[in-house]
Amino acid sequence: MRDAVLIIDLDNYTYEVEHRPDLFEKWLGGTGVAVQLMREHMNPKADPLSPENVIVFATGPFTPAYPLASKTVAMFKSPLTGNLGESHAGGRTATSIAAAGYGAIVIKGASKKPVYLVVENDKVHFRDGRVLWGIPDSLIVGRIIAENEPGRGTRTMMRIGGAGEKLVRYSCVTTETYRHFGRLGLGAVFGSKKLKALIVRGRKKYLPADAKKYREVYDEIYRMAIESDAMKKYHLLGTAANVIPLNELNALPTRNLKAARFEKAEEISGEALAEYNLGRRIACSHCPVACIHLAVLRLPYENEPYFFRTIMISYDYELIYSLGSMLGIGNRDDLLRLIHRVETYGLDAMSTGVCLAWATEALERGIIGEKDTLVKLAFGDVEGYLKAIDFIYEQPTDFYKHLAMGVSHAAEVYGGKEFALAFGGNEMPGYHTGYAAVLNYLTGMRHSHLDSAGYSLDQKAKELSPEETIDRLIEEESWRQILSSLVVCFFARGIYTPEVISKAFEPLGYSISPDELKKLGREIYREKARLKIDLGFNLDELSIPRRIFETPSLHGELSEDFVKKALEYYKKKLREML
Amino acid sequence: MKRLVVEDIEKCVGCGLCMFACSRKFAKRPEIGNSSSAILPVSLSGFERGATVIFCRACEEPPCAQVCPSGALKPKKGGGVVYVESLCLGCHYCVEACTLNAIFVREDGKIAVCIHCGYCADYCPHGVIAYKEVEA
Ligand code: SF4
Ligand code: SF4
Repeated sequence: MRDAVLIIDLDNYTYEVEHRPDLFEKWLGGTGVAVQLMREHMNPKADPLSPENVIVFATGPFTPAYPLASKTVAMFKSPLTGNLGESHAGGRTATSIAAAGYGAIVIKGASKKPVYLVVENDKVHFRDGRVLWGIPDSLIVGRIIAENEPGRGTRTMMRIGGAGEKLVRYSCVTTETYRHFGRLGLGAVFGSKKLKALIVRGRKKYLPADAKKYREVYDEIYRMAIESDAMKKYHLLGTAANVIPLNELNALPTRNLKAARFEKAEEISGEALAEYNLGRRIACSHCPVACIHLAVLRLPYENEPYFFRTIMISYDYELIYSLGSMLGIGNRDDLLRLIHRVETYGLDAMSTGVCLAWATEALERGIIGEKDTLVKLAFGDVEGYLKAIDFIYEQPTDFYKHLAMGVSHAAEVYGGKEFALAFGGNEMPGYHTGYAAVLNYLTGMRHSHLDSAGYSLDQKAKELSPEETIDRLIEEESWRQILSSLVVCFFARGIYTPEVISKAFEPLGYSISPDELKKLGREIYREKARLKIDLGFNLDELSIPRRIFETPSLHGELSEDFVKKALEYYKKKLREML
Repeated sequence: MKRLVVEDIEKCVGCGLCMFACSRKFAKRPEIGNSSSAILPVSLSGFERGATVIFCRACEEPPCAQVCPSGALKPKKGGGVVYVESLCLGCHYCVEACTLNAIFVREDGKIAVCIHCGYCADYCPHGVIAYKEVEA
């Protein structure tokens, strides 16, 4: 297994490589290894925006051996929640880190002046980033670096836009233009380290232990990926396929979740986007599916007739929810303009949408005034939101300074916690499906819907008790630790079953049974929970915005009692586990 | 004579499956990664703007073979080159000589060049490249 860990110290502009077979053999890679590296390198008390914070990028043993092992795990202390930060992204990051020879990269310290880093096989170059600093548009930053650095076609380029520089707590790191380490504020951690970008390239090879078997298993997985139904959803409309079904189920958060059904859902659905806007599809490295859907937005010049800008914008369900229904935006061009603006600054779309939805309602209720927002915010009004996104980056008033720290923080300062839709400090994802979703947001290690897929459980099973719900969520999240340690795309979870994974390990010279894999998943879950608690996580401090109980979900009106019972049970389970 | 050809470049999604396939092409010693890959899909500043898939086009008078000082690259009958790895010095004159930038440097400093075996074509999920009979 690839076991090299590259440790970069921005305090002194030095680096070293450690070989850690112990880590990779026990914890596979990705999340499993990242948790351990965080433990080794970071003071759990660290201020997330201080040089003490540490960033880990970890890839897994299936990259670049097999298709769909296309993801990288980033781990850090989140400046948004003050707790565990973990975010996954595709693009070319995983295959490039592997091609440079590394299982993981650890970045410590902080540079005095802006820099960007180029990792090239065994070397790390610390490049002067002063000229790039202050360029707010992450797309432009990408183009400039692309002109200067070799490695077309094989390099990865992770970078921040203006939001990361300005330490917006929910700024992201963008990779290959359209993929993101989106959630929990990795962009601000880059910004605090004066790190504008990280480029990785290389050309390393690995040899399978069993040549014949390797090609056979590869072909088997490849065929499943292109032929089976396991990935059909992502083959066709992409995640945007969810808009209409969730709306029909009364689960699509609308206008700051004052409703869970949006009358204009049709207009911004995956179907409509595919029919009217879909311009191209592209893929992460080593993925045959190409689920990245790019919409074409044609915008006329303001003052000159028959001139158009033609912009390609990547869309997914989460963005349609957060910058569409959540803001009452039911016009596709408006939605795409908002997505593009968020992309430009390198903001997390979900957090931005939720923050703006809260601000709109707070303004409606008179908790804040237009002197705070500088612009009128109203559900459905795109112009106001476009300006407000500029202001989240520019932070011209105290209000925007607070809003740039997340919706929980802003509601702490101004009030309106009942309708500030965040869990554990992380803005809510787009599923108001019921108890499992809410409990997933609360107990998931990243407070992300992808932790334990509560939204999916809600749609599958209706009559679960609080205890059963928690058991199912823990089981799912434990298994997902294996997927995110390999690191395969979660969309390929139907292909990478315990049996297939076990079989795929064999030709690589590593043996692990399906049962051992499941057991290891539970161990990684436990290790992560430990880390989270060391970082200060306290279940008793979790609060739930009242709005969740007011707006009926797919499961009707939710009862607080159910959630309380479930949380008590979760607490007990966690205690037993630790 | 069968050749690897580009069928429809506009369909390329930039997945790189062709590149990873090329490293696996030898049944006896398939490699994992891109070191020995002789095909490279690149974008026009982002795959949303389109792609170029770079590989040897089997020239009749290959400039790479003309500059090779050691006889490692020899013109093949019908176009393209034969690469004898053991003779390769790693001087990269051929890399410079190729107008298409279709000769790649491996991890060990030797080179990778397309031998038109067609293995990669089976792994392009979108019909961008194909292995076809062409007139010599
Ligand atoms: S035809 Fe063979 S040598 Fe040429 S790029 Fe494809 S796999 Fe590689
Ligand atoms: S496999 Fe096909 S679609 Fe993928 S990069 Fe190669 S040519 Fe493009």
